[in-house]
Amino acid sequence: MMKGNHAVGEGGIQGGCQAYFGYPITPQNELTQYMAKRMVEEGRVFIQAESEIAAINMVFGASLAGARAMTSSSSPGISLKQEGISYMVGCELPGVIVNIQRGGPGLGNIAGAQSDYFQATRGGGHGDYYLIVLAPASVQEMYDLTREAFDLADKYRNPVIVLADGILGQMLEPVKIGNQEANLNFRVKKDWILDGCKGREPRMVRSLLMDEGVLEEHNWKLNKKYEKMKKTEVRVETDSLEDAEVALVGYGTSARICKEAMKTARRKGIKVGLVRPITLWPFPEKVIAENVDRLKTFLVIEMSLGQMVEDVRLATNGKCPVYFYGKPGGGIPEVDVIVERIEKILK
Amino acid sequence: MKKLFSRPESLTAKRNIYCSGCGHGIIHRLIAEVIDELGIREKTIGIAPVGCAVFAYDYWNFDVTEAAHGRPPAVATGIKRVLPDRIVFTYQGDGDLAAIGTAETVHAANRGENITIIFVNNGVYGMTGGQMAPTTLIAQKTTTTPLGRDAKIAGYPIKISEALGQLEGSVYIERVTVNSPKNTIKAKRAIKKAFQIQIQNKGFSLVEVLSMCPTGWGVNPVEALKWIEQKMILAFPLGVIKDKNLTAKENL
Repeated sequence: MMKGNHAVGEGGIQGGCQAYFGYPITPQNELTQYMAKRMVEEGRVFIQAESEIAAINMVFGASLAGARAMTSSSSPGISLKQEGISYMVGCELPGVIVNIQRGGPGLGNIAGAQSDYFQATRGGGHGDYYLIVLAPASVQEMYDLTREAFDLADKYRNPVIVLADGILGQMLEPVKIGNQEANLNFRVKKDWILDGCKGREPRMVRSLLMDEGVLEEHNWKLNKKYEKMKKTEVRVETDSLEDAEVALVGYGTSARICKEAMKTARRKGIKVGLVRPITLWPFPEKVIAENVDRLKTFLVIEMSLGQMVEDVRLATNGKCPVYFYGKPGGGIPEVDVIVERIEKILK
Repeated sequence: MKKLFSRPESLTAKRNIYCSGCGHGIIHRLIAEVIDELGIREKTIGIAPVGCAVFAYDYWNFDVTEAAHGRPPAVATGIKRVLPDRIVFTYQGDGDLAAIGTAETVHAANRGENITIIFVNNGVYGMTGGQMAPTTLIAQKTTTTPLGRDAKIAGYPIKISEALGQLEGSVYIERVTVNSPKNTIKAKRAIKKAFQIQIQNKGFSLVEVLSMCPTGWGVNPVEALKWIEQKMILAFPLGVIKDKNLTAKENL
């Protein structure tokens, strides 16, 4: 049995994290504290930085020096990291950032929420870029996805975000550690790192590209990576779509609520299915698009005012109505209300 | 004919973009000479600032990275902690180190990170067009203090090196300048000492270099040398600010 926040930490350890830099913020403090103990036990680098800004810049440094580096925070702290993340993308540096979401905006509250979907899936910082966004929905996935995030980050030389929430962070569930092979068991050769120019020409790491046309070219190069990610890295779970009339769409904690609602609805004879994106970016648009003809409608459930619902609408391309039910500010959507809404839609 | 003097190996041949009379060219060179003399070029990683020296990676012949404005000490921390046997230094201006990056500067010193910071203090923001810096002098005219810096509105020039000297984690801090050959020789000595302290794993070292910015100050290069002598040194006295190797009574 493990707490979600601890499972993320252990996923980092097993994923080969060599340096962790963090700063306390509720509801992810157990993760920082877990790393304070485990990283030191394993002889790796742990620093409680002076701020979330310092922490992401320490990740930047450790990453350019060739290390697998990680940081974690919760919503307001992730806002602080956006500059650093943008720089990491521009400099093509891998790294893992974990966001255990809480209610916002502003200081908000410390309850789990899903209001950082836009921030995570639309780059987040300044500039034209994307990060792979992994959304665990169980403590096992908190472990698995964090572990695999390091391989994905190295594969593309791009940061990866693990987007969870305070509820997943606090919950206790059984976890299998180190028993599964990571989907990618990747150790890329890093011939771009800065570790001293012995035996080679000096290198530089930078994202400032002032000469005519060079930055445009660089952005096209980054875009090629995003196109490849869209083709090969989509992960999604579907359930009972074959005969479904309505598909619930949810991720993370919302997906768990959707599963309960699906069971309840099925017991009432309503044919409900589920689409659970595991990568929020790249978004599983194909699965949605493939089902628009068969389904009557999609009902998107989020712990927010509605952010992922826009991606569902885009994916249906107007061919199928998309409804939304959610609660912002740490509110939790209710199974009974979901079933009610389904019944209403189908009338 | 015997060759007595040439470009250091750690300096590239690229023509730099600095103004006539700017101190950056001198300071880049001093660092390059020191790195050559200490034989550490192949294990040095430099961190360039945001400011006029943002292109420093074009002028040094070793591994150099960019960093976000003010963040070099955090980047340096990340590098040094995972590669502790490499020599890691930052090169930062007054805005980088003492405005936006104050927290990163203070805490790298406080943690006693075994890195070296070269702090170029020219009392103005050169790259962005001559705005006020944290080290701008009282009554100094800049593009954001057109009537002269007024302490009531904009506070006082900050003696960040003295403040860092108060931290247990700082080992060696000295303020030098490059406005004359004599002072430049002293500056090189201090820079060399700072790198030696890192090589010996003794901890955090910082050299503040008062530097000329004729363009930012609105004077010619020769007047800029006098500006340092007559104005800056009064506010920022030269000398050793901290040296843990000395006895307690010799420290400030």
